[in-house]
Amino acid sequence: MIELNRVSRSFTVGDQQVGALRDIDLSIAAGDYVSIMGPSGSGKSTLLNLIGLLDRPSSGTYKLDGGDVTALSDEQQARVRSEKIGFVFQSFHLVPRLTAAMNIELPLILAGISPAERKARVEKLLENYGLTDRADHRPDQLSGGQRQRVAIARATIMHPAVLLADEPTGNLDQTTGKEVMNLLEQLVEQNVTLILVTHDPVIGGRAHRQIHMVDGQITGENKSSAEL
Amino acid sequence: MLFPDLVKLTTSSFLSYRMRSFLTGLGIAIGITAVILLTSIGEGLHQFVLAEFSQFGTNIITIQPGKTQTNGGNAGVFGSVRPLSLEDADALRHLPYVENVNPSLMGNAEVRVNGKTRRTTVLGEGRDFAKAFTMKVQSGSFWTDEDNEQARAQVVLGAKVNQELFAGQNPLGSYLRVGGQRYRVIGVMESKGQILGFDMDDVVIIPAARAMELLNRSGLIEMQVSYRASADVNTVIRSITERLKERHGSEDFTIISQEQALEVLGSVLDVITFAVGALGGISLLVGGVGILTIMTMAVTERTAEIGLLRALGAREGQVLTLFLGEAMLLSALGGLAGLALGVGIAQGAHLLFPALPVHTPWLFAVIAELSAVTIGLAAGVMPARRAARLDPVEALRTE
Repeated sequence: MIELNRVSRSFTVGDQQVGALRDIDLSIAAGDYVSIMGPSGSGKSTLLNLIGLLDRPSSGTYKLDGGDVTALSDEQQARVRSEKIGFVFQSFHLVPRLTAAMNIELPLILAGISPAERKARVEKLLENYGLTDRADHRPDQLSGGQRQRVAIARATIMHPAVLLADEPTGNLDQTTGKEVMNLLEQLVEQNVTLILVTHDPVIGGRAHRQIHMVDGQITGENKSSAEL
Repeated sequence: MLFPDLVKLTTSSFLSYRMRSFLTGLGIAIGITAVILLTSIGEGLHQFVLAEFSQFGTNIITIQPGKTQTNGGNAGVFGSVRPLSLEDADALRHLPYVENVNPSLMGNAEVRVNGKTRRTTVLGEGRDFAKAFTMKVQSGSFWTDEDNEQARAQVVLGAKVNQELFAGQNPLGSYLRVGGQRYRVIGVMESKGQILGFDMDDVVIIPAARAMELLNRSGLIEMQVSYRASADVNTVIRSITERLKERHGSEDFTIISQEQALEVLGSVLDVITFAVGALGGISLLVGGVGILTIMTMAVTERTAEIGLLRALGAREGQVLTLFLGEAMLLSALGGLAGLALGVGIAQGAHLLFPALPVHTPWLFAVIAELSAVTIGLAAGVMPARRAARLDPVEALRTE
């Protein structure tokens, strides 16, 4: 599904080249549940952004579903993001002036899907995530857990193959954090590939594969057999 | 992205910053108001002036003696000018398309009747004077014969002269003295009022032949030829020129057609309307700068949102469209408000000061609205491009 081959990403800070990622080799199969852990500055978010096609590697190749996506134009990458990748962020990133339903609908609107189909899909997701009575509320009228559920609904409404979550529980208390994790793990059961970035070992430990990063390099990997 | 969704999204951001959107739109609204108000007055003035000039009809050609031109050396024999005579006028009567020929001169004389004396303007005219100038005779009529040798001593009074000298009595048939000669009153003109400062009611009209004698003039001041409305003005002018050249031996007269004069006047007035419109356009530009400012701020404030849209699969072009749409919405709504305000103020001013002519052609309204949208678009381009080109990773990191 995802294949990274000697991928590097460096940034220019002042007049120095800083390597955020160095020669990463990583392959993730469809339906995998992977967590990427490491201290801040270890490059885990940069890796996630690369996988999400928000960023381009400085060198190396990235194959998604067998096709090389590093060489795609911006427009083609936007299309891949729209169809195959869903994002969940630590700070939710909901549009404050739109209702919960509109926020969930946003990817469908951008993809140009007909209003009738959109309505049906949004209503179904609102029901699945227990948000039906919150549909017309704006983000500032929702609790943190509700906000992240809206964000997850939005990330999944296009039925992406890959779900990328960057510290999804970082802004939530423990109980709601656990609820959100359960929701994400339910998606794995539906054969969605979930890649999770966290520095919380408890959260990260729930993944089937745990990848540890330090200084832009993968330093180790654990496989937990608990769930398998 | 479907068009209704574009409208919905841009409207949502418009509504979430109500006060700011209102003020930005107001900038454009004031600009459009200024443009509409100024051009309305300009156009009103245009129509007012043209109406003043064309109230005698537009198919009139005026012939004056003498040619305005500079000759090399001594003009000598060829430079001599023959006066326009009554016979010249008669010679033009039978030209094709010509309907009326009116010989005309003007002077000043004392009019006396019933022991009252009034110094007034004496017009020497032909019998078709009223017809040629589409003026109405209130009572009585003009003389019907036109004998150049022995024109009868008959007079038609202007409304004001009639009022002053006869004060409500019926003047028809009574006699009055014009410059010492006895004239019989045969008609009274309908009141016409002032035309460019000249009081058309404070006149007495006598046959041109008699006026030449009375005022001791050897020729006419001018002749007016009215022609059939369907005829081509240049054809008529050509035949008049030929006929008069035959009689005078050279072109020692000047022909001015009302139509051509009105065209020149019209184009001058158009320039004035355009100039005042351009003045209003300056404030419209200021409104455009307001939109530029607000959109630049919006892009900065909503950087995270732009990053999110990109992450959700929005292409650069879609982000561009969204921000351009917002700028256009602001300017289009501001423009509409300005249209309403401009037309409202113009009509209100007209009600308060009926003397102030205003007129707003539909075309002006449409052009004004289009220029508002264009300015919005132009002002939105820079911020929208900046939004579209943001690096999504950087944008998402902004809080």
